[in-house]
Amino acid sequence: MSVLGDAAAKAKGAAQQVMKKAIEVAPDSWMPGGRPDPLIRRQHGHVGQPVSRLDGRVKVRGEARFAAEVPMANLTYAALAYSTIPKGRMTGIETAAAEAAPGVVLVMTHRNMPRLNPPPLFMTASKAAAGDDIPVMQDDRVYWNGQPIALVLAETQEQAEHAASLVTVTYNEESAVTSLAAGKAQGTEPGSFQGEPLKIDIGDAEAALAAAPHKVDVAYETPRHNHNAIEPHAATLAWDGDNLVVHDCSQGVAHVAWSMAQVFGLKEDQVRIHSPFVGGGFGGKTMWSYQVLGAAAAKLSGRPVRIALSREGVYRSVGGRTLTEQRVALGAQADGAFDAIIHTGTVAMTAHNALPEPFIVATRSAYAAGTFKLDVEYATLDMIANTFMRAPGEAVGTFALECAIDELAVALDMDPIALRLRNEPEKDPTSGTPFSSRNIVEAYRAGAERFGWAGRRAPGQRREGDWLVGMGCATGTYPYYRMGGGAARITLHSDGRALVGIAAHEMGMGTATASTQVAADRLGLAMDQVTFAYGDSALPGEVLAGGSQQTASIGASVMAAHQRLVGELLKLAGNDSPLAGLKPDEVESADAGLRCVAAPDRFESYASILGRAQRDEVTVVAEAPPPLEMQHWSMHSYSAMFCEVRVNAVTGETRVSRVLGSFDCGRILNPKTARSQFRGGIIMGIGLALMEETQFDERKGRIMNPSLGEYLVPVHADLPVIDVIWNDIPDPHAPMGAHGIGEIGITGTAAAVANAVYNATGKRIRDLPITLDKLM
Amino acid sequence: MTPFRYARATDVTDAVRLADGGARYLGGGTNLVDLMRETIERPAALVDVSGLPATIEAHDGGLLIGAAVRNTALAEHPAVRARYPVLARAILAGASAQIRNMATVGGNLLQRTRCAYFYDEEGSRCNKRVPGQGCDAIDGFNRIHAILGASPACVATHPSDMCVALAALDAIVHLHGPDGTRTVALTDFHTLPGERPDIETVLAPGELITALALPASPLAARSTYRKVRDRASYAFALVSVAAAIDLEDGIVRDVRLALGGVAHKPWRATKAETALRNGPATEAAFRAAAELELADAAPLAGNGFKVELARRAIVATLGELTGETA
Ligand SMILES: Cc1cc2nc3c(=O)[nH]c(=O)nc-3n(C[C@H](O)[C@H](O)[C@H](O)COP(=O)(O)OP(=O)(O)OC[C@H]3O[C@@H](n4cnc5c(N)ncnc54)[C@H](O)[C@@H]3O)c2cc1C
Repeated sequence: MSVLGDAAAKAKGAAQQVMKKAIEVAPDSWMPGGRPDPLIRRQHGHVGQPVSRLDGRVKVRGEARFAAEVPMANLTYAALAYSTIPKGRMTGIETAAAEAAPGVVLVMTHRNMPRLNPPPLFMTASKAAAGDDIPVMQDDRVYWNGQPIALVLAETQEQAEHAASLVTVTYNEESAVTSLAAGKAQGTEPGSFQGEPLKIDIGDAEAALAAAPHKVDVAYETPRHNHNAIEPHAATLAWDGDNLVVHDCSQGVAHVAWSMAQVFGLKEDQVRIHSPFVGGGFGGKTMWSYQVLGAAAAKLSGRPVRIALSREGVYRSVGGRTLTEQRVALGAQADGAFDAIIHTGTVAMTAHNALPEPFIVATRSAYAAGTFKLDVEYATLDMIANTFMRAPGEAVGTFALECAIDELAVALDMDPIALRLRNEPEKDPTSGTPFSSRNIVEAYRAGAERFGWAGRRAPGQRREGDWLVGMGCATGTYPYYRMGGGAARITLHSDGRALVGIAAHEMGMGTATASTQVAADRLGLAMDQVTFAYGDSALPGEVLAGGSQQTASIGASVMAAHQRLVGELLKLAGNDSPLAGLKPDEVESADAGLRCVAAPDRFESYASILGRAQRDEVTVVAEAPPPLEMQHWSMHSYSAMFCEVRVNAVTGETRVSRVLGSFDCGRILNPKTARSQFRGGIIMGIGLALMEETQFDERKGRIMNPSLGEYLVPVHADLPVIDVIWNDIPDPHAPMGAHGIGEIGITGTAAAVANAVYNATGKRIRDLPITLDKLM
Repeated sequence: MTPFRYARATDVTDAVRLADGGARYLGGGTNLVDLMRETIERPAALVDVSGLPATIEAHDGGLLIGAAVRNTALAEHPAVRARYPVLARAILAGASAQIRNMATVGGNLLQRTRCAYFYDEEGSRCNKRVPGQGCDAIDGFNRIHAILGASPACVATHPSDMCVALAALDAIVHLHGPDGTRTVALTDFHTLPGERPDIETVLAPGELITALALPASPLAARSTYRKVRDRASYAFALVSVAAAIDLEDGIVRDVRLALGGVAHKPWRATKAETALRNGPATEAAFRAAAELELADAAPLAGNGFKVELARRAIVATLGELTGETA
């Protein structure tokens, strides 16, 4: 960065600090959520009902068309060839055999690939969606082992795959950094996340630690993880002149449309992304090379393209969670009060992405302490860009933090729940802002009672046959996020039907269902009168299904659109209406119409208002306000995770026999879909604890288990019945009083498992996964 | 996948004729098709033998099992469950219900290793795929690899569960080839890697597995299978133990013991068997026998735990069969 740029950045940074301070000290009423959402008070609506998924029927009947199933005339099928070295240049690519193979339409390499702009890297612009900013197949450079180096289009998938296997490449290999040790030897850099440094120093934590009468100072490690959504990444796409239509599996349709437009030098509205169904995203379904390669091949061949990555293809060309080495040191008084919290460490990253797994995020707000030292450093490796994976930072960060607390509880001879509650902060311990809603104490009380925590014994004391039985607990926490850019369109028809449109996503979480419930309550309509349209970049809003923020983003957007709709309707109602003279904030929607809040018998139905105005419909679009509430309050979801494990004394095999998640996540919009979300997160947490691990061969930077046969995730037999409870206490400052809940379930779970393993066996396993060899 | 010809055999002679010494036989395809998709196997022709007789018949006091019998059918067969429980349990400990429904007895015998470097056709060296190329597993990820009978050329394991039980049961493999028929003991069927890890069995080109014979075995009624793995189901064995025992007054009259996940072939633990025979059925004796069997174990950087795990699994399995707890 130039000196000038540096100065400009500093000035910008200073301005941001001033803004931040101003938002913190501004009156509550100026903030979004400063006046609680009226829906929070509404008791007997659709919100809170266990409505079955609206898309359940089409899914179980196989009628839901996923990206790789969209039919198109004259379709061609793509297959990729991948590099086998981590770094260097391709000196030759032999494509003749592939070109001559049956059914081949096109062989594309950097030699004939259209010249394109680099993909916009995530978080460098509001709609930037790419996992890395390496230009896609633009030259002979190899940046990682597994990089796509050739694409074959053929008349069938099998022909394409066969031809792709005939492409041979020669390389001029360069020395690469493919181990964390080598990366660290080259020096580490301080990480930053969402524009903020991942470094906090409050007081002199090392000195406080040294002086503390009780302490633990321990190192934890977590391995790489790969994305394994049940639906591998796929797109079916076609050009219509200069316009591109992509049927994608996306958790950011507006983001991908904008980013693809940047790459191909188009206007944003020349790219249309459809993504009505996504078979799981978890942070991996953003923009990767496959969309770019597919669109480029379609351009070159003049035919529509289906590019469906194989499972191996996902491992090679889509990033995962990076590895971490973490130090957690806690200093405490005899009563458990923390004098120091130190949480530091190193992660691996590439020169082309910007996600240093932010494992300290949860630690920033979890506990009160006299001093803090938090720091994430990253080493730069030659590997596929790492990316977001369910609770990036929190999932692995809470493992280290919550295990260390368990270790300290042992050192203090204190109950680990009591130790946690002893350090319950009154306000956010590092930002100083007030909590919007924090009921973790209540969650622990309810959870401990239901789980039977009082029956826990000293480590190694409970044995049933060959099985050592133990209990553990941990706190899970995940921030409330709402990103800027949310917007929604509402079209209200004279027959009382409403169409609510927003460029949001249904990846199996239940968003379409819960959003319909919310919109129906917001509009005072029945569920079947509301259609929620989503998964289409032509709809308003930039609503990433990430950071568990969709619920809040959709909620705030629909709220804004509803306010505008009420204004429009009051105008249309005119002076002959029972509502005449009322202002928008004096009326509310109910019973398919508007009524005066203070005098509910002053009511007029939508049908009547529109009929008198001789209108068939009225349409409004509105944007959600900027998400200032996140800076004004410290907003988080919480869980008290309880786990019982059985560890085989002979073989070291661990089985999770009971799990309870006791959640404090604001108001639950739909208990049925919420329960599945919590359980899914917990299952992924159990996998994180016991088996998930990418085998990354550090000799050549190559992933060796790119398959669900060898990359283990929990199967049914690994899972007990997972008990889930929640307190349903609304967050007064969040739309609907609700938080997104997609990521909270995975946080804390791995630590609860590891702590239970300790309780069962007396052995501390500090490096994940907890495989049997570590317990033998 | 490389294009190939496909033919369906109607009977054994038809199959051998169609194969003409060159084609590969296709059972359920659960392993071969995977490997073809990975281009590790590139047969020019397949002869589908999944439609050949799939019967399980009484035979010399034992059973004769057609090579096309599906794994599920074998595990569920009443005679197998009653008289050879170790076999039923071993099969059910493997793969998933869907895969077992497809997989055949013949194919299970010939399934190939799960070594990651063997599977990585594009990016890794493997002497099993390309003789003389080198082995990336020896200094790489070798947690699942062999501790017994490996060679500098190859440290891969045979992944089958079923074959471990068959090794313990003295099963006989019936073969039919261009030069006629023959039988081979299962324990002689698979080979150790030596310098030619690409050769995995004694099968001659074009030879077809037609059946498996299970000899009468009074002690097999008291038999079991224990599989230790990284998750509760749907994972290959790190170590497995097939055991059958005949006890009289606390003395081991006879015993069969085989190990899985430890070698290039299902490992019949003959040294341990000899040590146990006519000795006391005590934990100490089990331990001593296990130690004897594992005395030659040569673990790699990533699988040292398997030696201790195998020892413990042997002791525990024998203990379970004899009522002794480990
Ligand atoms: C995800 C996964 C998990 C698995 N887990 C386990 C596990 O835990 N334990 C376990 O034991 N197994 C496991 N398996 C392997 C499974 O048992 C084998 O794939 C199966 O037994 C192979 O049988 P098949 O009939 O499908 O063989 P095919 O795939 O049809 O053939 C395999 C080989 O046998 C040859 N062949 C087939 N029939 C004959 C014949 N009659 N004569 C001569 N040659 C023949 C073929 O030419 C080929 O070389 C797993 C497989 C998968 C895919």
